[in-house]
Amino acid sequence: MDELLSTVDWSRAQFALTAIIHWLFVPLSIGLSLIIGIMETLYYRTGNERWKRMTKFWMLLFGINFACGVATGIILEFEFGTNWSNYSWFVGDIFGAPLAIEGILAFFLESTFIAVMFFGWNRVSRGFHLAATWLTALGICLSAFWILVANAWMQYPVGMEFDPAQMRSVMVSFWDVALSPVALNKFFHTVLSGWVLGAAFVVGVSSWFLFKKSNRELAIDSIKIASWVGLVGIVLTMWTGDGSAVQIAQKQPMKLAAMEGLYNGQRGQGLTMLGILNHNKERNDSSDPFFFEITLPKGLSVLANHDAESFVPGINDIIEGVSLDANGDTINTVSYAERIARGRAAHDALRAFDSALAAGDTAAMAAANKLLRADFPYFGYGYMESADEAVPPVALTFYMFRVMVIGGGYLLLLFCVTLFLSYRRPNILSNKWMTLAGMASIPIVWCVSEAGWVTAEVGRQPWTIQDLLPCRAAISGISAGSVQLTFWMFVVVFAALLIADISIMLREIAKATRRDLLADDGKH
Amino acid sequence: MGDNIIIVTHLLNSKIMETLQIYWWFVISLLGGLLVFLLFVQGGQTLMFGTADPQRKSLMVNALGRKWELTFTTLVVFGGAFFASFPLYYSTSFGGAYWLWMTILLSFILQAVSYEFRSKSGNVFGTRTYDLFLAINGCAGCVLLGEAVAMQFFGADFTVTRGSILNGAAPVISTWNSFHGLEVMFAIPNLLLGFAVLFLARTLGAMFFLRFVEAPNEPAFARRASRRVLFNGTTFVLLFLCFLFALFTADGYTQLADGTVVAVPYKYFFNFIDLWWIGAPFLIGVLLVLCGIIRTSLNPAFRLGFWATGVGTVIAVTCLFCISGYNNTSFLPSTSLPSSSLFITNASSTHFTLEVMAWVTLLLPIVVGYIALVWHKMTTRPLTSAELSAEDHIY
Repeated sequence: MDELLSTVDWSRAQFALTAIIHWLFVPLSIGLSLIIGIMETLYYRTGNERWKRMTKFWMLLFGINFACGVATGIILEFEFGTNWSNYSWFVGDIFGAPLAIEGILAFFLESTFIAVMFFGWNRVSRGFHLAATWLTALGICLSAFWILVANAWMQYPVGMEFDPAQMRSVMVSFWDVALSPVALNKFFHTVLSGWVLGAAFVVGVSSWFLFKKSNRELAIDSIKIASWVGLVGIVLTMWTGDGSAVQIAQKQPMKLAAMEGLYNGQRGQGLTMLGILNHNKERNDSSDPFFFEITLPKGLSVLANHDAESFVPGINDIIEGVSLDANGDTINTVSYAERIARGRAAHDALRAFDSALAAGDTAAMAAANKLLRADFPYFGYGYMESADEAVPPVALTFYMFRVMVIGGGYLLLLFCVTLFLSYRRPNILSNKWMTLAGMASIPIVWCVSEAGWVTAEVGRQPWTIQDLLPCRAAISGISAGSVQLTFWMFVVVFAALLIADISIMLREIAKATRRDLLADDGKH
Repeated sequence: MGDNIIIVTHLLNSKIMETLQIYWWFVISLLGGLLVFLLFVQGGQTLMFGTADPQRKSLMVNALGRKWELTFTTLVVFGGAFFASFPLYYSTSFGGAYWLWMTILLSFILQAVSYEFRSKSGNVFGTRTYDLFLAINGCAGCVLLGEAVAMQFFGADFTVTRGSILNGAAPVISTWNSFHGLEVMFAIPNLLLGFAVLFLARTLGAMFFLRFVEAPNEPAFARRASRRVLFNGTTFVLLFLCFLFALFTADGYTQLADGTVVAVPYKYFFNFIDLWWIGAPFLIGVLLVLCGIIRTSLNPAFRLGFWATGVGTVIAVTCLFCISGYNNTSFLPSTSLPSSSLFITNASSTHFTLEVMAWVTLLLPIVVGYIALVWHKMTTRPLTSAELSAEDHIY
C-alpha cells in the first residue's frame, strides 16, 4: 500500500510539474496569436509596412514560446498512458475522443499554417499569409477547446454510463460531453485569460522599450492594441469566473469549501478577501480556521449562489451531509460515511456482476447490475478508508484562489490605465513608475494564470474524475522509483528548456532595444 | 416476429461494430504509415549532423525546419487516435513499456525546441548542443518508434486483468514485467525494424534534400545526397528483408470461437496470403520504395524519388499495420499470458464512440487538402541560400 501511494504521489507530482510548465507557454500562445493577428490585419488593410514589422517582432517572440508549448504538450498526452494507465482504460472511451479530435482538427491546423506564418512572407500572397496567421490562432483556440472539454469532463463527468461487462465508463452522449456547461465556461474562462496574459506580456515588453527610451512608436501602438485585448479579456474572464464559481458551488462544493478555508458554513456566508490560515486546524476541532481574515459580509453566498442569504456548506457540512434550505431549516444530503458505504456496495455489486458474467447467469447479472446502478454515483468513494481522504489540500487551494483574484484585480486596473494613457496621455506611459508597473505585469500575470490552474486542479483532489475515480485507482503498475527517476529527468529537462527560453527571449528583446524595429532593414 | 427483429438488430449492430473496429484499425494504420513517411525529418536530422559546411547545413536545417511540426503533429494525432479508438492498447502499452515511451517522449521534446533555439543568440547551450539534440531525436526517435511497432508483432510480457480495478491495494489493470519496456528496446527482432525505420528515414531525408533544396553552386551537394540514398537505401532493404523473415516465420496469436487464444505458426505470412487485398498493395508499396531508391541512386537529377519512396512507404507501412490487427490477429500479443493479448475486438472503444469518431474522420480530406495546398505553396521553388539570407526568421 505504501508503494502504491508513493507511486501515486510521484505520478501526481510529475503530472503537476508537466502541466505547470506547459501552462507557462500555452496562454502566451493564445494571447499573442490574437494580437499578432490584429496587427497583421492592420498591415493587410493599410499596406503600412510598420504594422508588418511590428507583427514580425511579436511573431519572433511567439515562435520561441510556441516551440516550448509544443514540447511540453506532447508529454501531457502521453502521460495519461504512461502514468495513468488505469485511467486511460477506465474512461478512454470518453476521454480519448476529445484528444483525438484536438489532434485532427486543431494540431494540423496550427502546425500547417504556422510554417506559412514564419516562412511564407515571400512565398504566398498577403491575403493567404493573413489567413494563415488567423488559422494558426484559430487552431490554438480549437486545441484549447478540446483539451478543456476533456478537463471539464474530469471535473463534471456527464454523457456517460458505466458498463459493468467491460468494467469501464462509456460515452452515451457526445454532445453532453462536448457542450457541457462546465466545458463551455472553462473554455471561455481559460482562453480569455490567455488573452489577458498575452496582453500583459505585450504591455510589459513595450514598457521595457519605453523605459529604455527605444522604439517608442512601436511600444505605444502595441500598448494600445494589447490594452484593448487585455481589458476585454480581463472583464470577460471575471464574468466567466463568476460563472465558474456558481458551477463549482453546485457541482464541486468541496472544492469551493477548500478554496474558502470554510469548515462550517452558514446562510449569508461571508467571503474571505484576505486571510492567513491556521495551519494547525484539524477538521473536527473547534479552533478558528484563520489567524487573521478580512471578510466581505455575505460575499460567498452571493458569489456561489447569487443569493445573499443562501447557505454555503463548509467541509464539515459536506462530510456530515448537512445543508440548510431557503427557510433555514436543516436538510440532509448524502454524508461521506454513506458515500463510502455505497461506493463499497457498488464495488461488491460489480464483483457479483463479474462472477455472474463468468458463470453465464443472466438473472444474477441483472440483479447485480441493478444494485450497481443505484450506487454507482459514489463508486469512487469505495476506495476510501475515511472521509478525510476526500478533502483537497485546503491551504494551497485557498491561497492560490486569492493570488488569482487579487492579481486579476491588479490587471484590470493596469489595462484601464494603459488604455486611457495610450490614447490620451502617451507621455505618461514613459514615466519610470508607469513602465515599472507595466513590466511588473509580466511576472504577475503568470502567477495569476498558474494560480488559477492550481486552484482548479488541486481543488479537485483526490479525484481524477470527480466522485468516480480517485488518483490512487487511476495509476499505472510502475514502481515509485521509476516515476521518481522520470520526474527528476523532467525537472532537469524543463529547467534547461525554461532557462534557454527565457534567455533567448531576453536577448531578443535586448537586441530589439538597440535598433529601430520599424526602420526598413532590407528584409521583406 | 418480435424476437426475429431483436436478433436481426443484434446481428446488424455486431456487424456495424466489427466494421467500425476494422475502419478504425485502418485509420490507425494509415496514420502509422504517414508517420513513418514523415520521419524523413528525423532521417534528415541524422544526415545533417555530419555536415561541416555551415551554409550547406543551414540550408538543410531550414528546409527540414519547415516540416518538423508536421511529423510531430502526426505523432500526437497517432497517439490521440489510439487513445480514442483502442484505449486498452494505450493503457497497456504506454503504462507497461514505460521506458520505451518515455525515451521516445524525451527525444521528441529535445527536437521540438532545437530548431527554434539552435541559431538564436542567448540559447545558453550553444548551437552544437541543439544539433546534437536533433541527431539524438533523429536516431532514437526512428529506432524506438520502429521498435514500438515491432512490439505489435512480436509481443511483450504483460497481463491484463480488468477485475483488478476493484483491488484497493493494487488496482492496476495492466501489469508488465519489471523491465517496463527496456526488454522491448533490446529485443533483436524489434531492433531489426527499428534500424530499418532509421535507414528508411535517412533515405527519405536524403531524397528530401535532393528535391527541396537547391545548391546551384555546389554540384557535390546533389552527388553526396544521391550516394547517401544508395548507402542508406541498401542498408534499409537488407534490414527490412531480415525483419520480414523474422515476421513471416514468427507465431501470431488468434482467438478461437470459445475465446481461447492460441499461437498460429507463420500467422503473419498467411495473413498476407489470406488478405491478398492487403498483400498486393504491400508489394506495390515495397516496389515503389525500391524504385525510388534505385532511380535516385543512379541519377541524382531524378527528383521524384522522394515522392515514389514516400508514397511507397505510406502504403507498405499501412499494410503492415493492417496485417498486425486484421484476420483475427492479436495486435499486441502477451507472451506470458496469451489470453491477455489485445485484439481489435477486445481493446477498442464502444460502438458509440467509434461511430462518433468516424464522423469526425470525414473531415480528414479537408485536413489533407489544406496540408497539400500549403506544402505546394511553400515548396513551389526549392530553398536557396539567397532566399535564406533575405529571411529574418531562420533556424
